[in-house]
Amino acid sequence: MSVDHHHPTDLAPVEARVAAIEAVLVEKGILDVDAVDSMVRTFEETLGPMNGAKVVARAWTDPAFKQRLLTDGTATIKALGFTGPEGDHMVVVENTPEVHNLVVCTLCSCYPWPVLGLPPSWYKSPAYRSRAVREPRKLLAEMGTVIEDHVEIRVWDSSAEARYLVLPMRPTGTGEMTEDQLAAVVTRDSMIGVRRL
Amino acid sequence: MTGSPLDDESIPRDNGELVFEAPWQARALAVAVALVEKLGLPWDVFRHRLIDAIAEDPQRPYYESWGSALESMVVELELTTPSDLDAAAPTERTPL
Repeated sequence: MSVDHHHPTDLAPVEARVAAIEAVLVEKGILDVDAVDSMVRTFEETLGPMNGAKVVARAWTDPAFKQRLLTDGTATIKALGFTGPEGDHMVVVENTPEVHNLVVCTLCSCYPWPVLGLPPSWYKSPAYRSRAVREPRKLLAEMGTVIEDHVEIRVWDSSAEARYLVLPMRPTGTGEMTEDQLAAVVTRDSMIGVRRL
Repeated sequence: MTGSPLDDESIPRDNGELVFEAPWQARALAVAVALVEKLGLPWDVFRHRLIDAIAEDPQRPYYESWGSALESMVVELELTTPSDLDAAAPTERTPL
């Protein structure tokens, strides 16, 4: 499929509707275009899993930080400089040899934006949203993550009041790594809980 | 997809996935977040409408539900009316 972007093209109904909403709000002085542009840039450039990876790497190397992070995720993440829309409701849950945490939003797509950015498309799919709660062990296995029977799986349903971030277990063999090197091994999926490191 | 603007490597990717599949999705997201912030409303004001829009048609593409939720929010907050939106809807995309 080819789109010639030098000439106007027809819009899908939803695209035209969204453009109309923005145009009307701007015309009435309720929003200004710069604020919307700036919000787009925030989501495209500032927010993303690279932030969460730094939080995790710090927690792996600084026990006092980790304790604060688990006790008060919102303040501790903010103190590290990761702020953004809906950053006031951050909850960090720790994976251990006995407990594996998995994050979902059963009703829509709530997600810890400041540390992970926007969710991947599968996170928003009806199948993930329902199966993560109904049969998490089977779902995880299908996604390539086999959780042993003796390990408890805790499923966290995100909402407007709580945006969860999983603190994965530090992989073995990383004892000599610096905090920056550790951040580079942390993946988005490990912080949602669908992967181990 | 050769020649599509979506091939542009400068488009932000999230672990290999595009953050947005099309520019209008970014506008839809940003308008909702910026509006809720500007009006000092709790995110739930939008979220409840998004939940309803998804429940109404679970298989509909996500950002179409998002757009529907955004419209219901701005109309119910009496910031605009459906007929104002009809009048303001562009019929073609502005060149990039």
